[in-house]
Amino acid sequence: MALTLEEVRHIAQLARLDLTREEEERYREQLSAILEYAARLAQVDTSAIPPTSTVLPLDAPLREDTPRPSASQEAILHNAPSSQEGMFRIPPVLDAGP
Amino acid sequence: MPALVDLTLLEASAELRTGRLSSVELVRACLDAINRLEPAIHAFLALTPDVALAQAQQSDQRLSAWRHNPDRALSPLCGIPIAVKDVLCLKDVPTTCGSKILEGFRPPYTATSVQRLIDAGAVILGKTNTDEFAMGSSTENSAYGVTHNPWDLDRVPGGSSGGSAAAVAARLSFAALGTDTGGSVRQPAAFCGVTGIKTSYGRVSRYGLIAYGSSLDTVGALARSASDLLPVFLAMAGPDPLDSTCMPSAAPAFQLGDGQLPSGLHGRQLRIGVPREYFIEGMHPAVEKGVREAVEVFRGLGAEVQDISLPHTDLALPVYYLIAPAEASANLARYDGVRFGPRLEAQGLLEQYYSTRGQLFGREVKRRIMLGSYALSAGYYDAYYGQAQKVRTLIKGDFESALREVDLIACPVAPTTAFKIGAHGDDPLSMYLEDVFTLPANLAGVPGLAFPVGFDSDGLPIGMQLKAQHLGEPLLFQAAHAYQCATNWHKERPPL
Repeated sequence: MALTLEEVRHIAQLARLDLTREEEERYREQLSAILEYAARLAQVDTSAIPPTSTVLPLDAPLREDTPRPSASQEAILHNAPSSQEGMFRIPPVLDAGP
Repeated sequence: MPALVDLTLLEASAELRTGRLSSVELVRACLDAINRLEPAIHAFLALTPDVALAQAQQSDQRLSAWRHNPDRALSPLCGIPIAVKDVLCLKDVPTTCGSKILEGFRPPYTATSVQRLIDAGAVILGKTNTDEFAMGSSTENSAYGVTHNPWDLDRVPGGSSGGSAAAVAARLSFAALGTDTGGSVRQPAAFCGVTGIKTSYGRVSRYGLIAYGSSLDTVGALARSASDLLPVFLAMAGPDPLDSTCMPSAAPAFQLGDGQLPSGLHGRQLRIGVPREYFIEGMHPAVEKGVREAVEVFRGLGAEVQDISLPHTDLALPVYYLIAPAEASANLARYDGVRFGPRLEAQGLLEQYYSTRGQLFGREVKRRIMLGSYALSAGYYDAYYGQAQKVRTLIKGDFESALREVDLIACPVAPTTAFKIGAHGDDPLSMYLEDVFTLPANLAGVPGLAFPVGFDSDGLPIGMQLKAQHLGEPLLFQAAHAYQCATNWHKERPPL
């Protein structure tokens, strides 16, 4: 299962990762080798096997929806690289317009 | 009395209760040892001496109050210095996951597992080194430098809980918290010659554990023996309203015997199964010999030993390296330079995501995010992630069948002893093969306990693991304790 450079770039885009040319080539080789190794899973007949998404023998337990104290706005914003007036500050997501 | 740091956790606890020793003295002894040895070992990413000394004073007051009223319950951990892997949140103390993308992050809350130790009176010395986001088997993937194995400073301590294992082995701390997603407690325990518990999935709250692979992540711990480890495990285990996957029945209460082997299912003699798939070509002969000799010790203690098969073992590695990266790619989507951690400024928001993540994640983390994104992407989901989830059912079934026949499964922790720093270069697949014996327990959700059973010709510790059925920790601790009552491997100390 050899990946192409195009596929590597597509995956990096899905994952929101800037990669250097060198990284693209290295990940192409390494991910191809890992996927090659994983290809042995295709040999297993799982037509009658259900998937395991949890190993727990229980359903999600329910609890009363009662209000309780949570962290303050100040405590949460404290870790933000940039904040203003109680909000996270980010670069513009819309064009400023003409 | 031996040097304070050479006391076992339980001996130190007994001394604290008599009042002949104070927690403040014990913390100072650990801080002295850290000052002396840390430059060579680099087990810690952050030290919290001021917090530790303040906690120690409080614990000394609790101990003093207890001496006036000794009928009151008091945890053996009261006054005991402990280290915490840097993937568990401790309020206001830098928590980095070994990553540049969380540099400077000070969590606004404390992980339940850590809080329970603090509530028991344990004293937190600092945060220990880890492979970035717990992705690795050597701590070489930490963005803040590798930890050195106390038995041979040119070798890795294992990983990802390598800082915790090295801190315990070098006697910088009496115990340490670790986490195990694919072997990250057991393999460093084996490489550093200490005892480590990978708990059953759902046994210990994951609240405040920074997520890597959510269906696999477990909080565990390391100490110098099963008896020292038990109070740490007991303090942490139990349901938590803040983690819906932590089981209502998770709080156990049991004691270790006086060295007798526990009985097996329905009161019969303990049965130990040795899976043939765990003795593979290419494994270190000294590891196989050490584990087989340890099995004979168990036989001598009265265990029935039988060969068993876990037929899907060889599929665990490809299953794990699809499921864990898939879960990681989702969990690590939150690192976007908006809410925490540093950000690399860019023209627009999207560009900021790309540059912040591209430059601040390390190469193994990026590799796993890419692998996971691919396995979950349109057109490949069924072939990779979906198929891996189904084969996971077969691996879980292997354990269920085997553990109807036997009470415990005994096998090596890793195919080799500690390897040299840099030995795997940038070859991810060869590094992943280090995990071949530890991954299956995470996929099945069962507990495992690793402990030292000998040394190779280079003087490096050899580890063995016992596995039991889900929530079978009592049997693991009792059996490992029986072994440690009959042998002295766990008492050996590194030549520092």
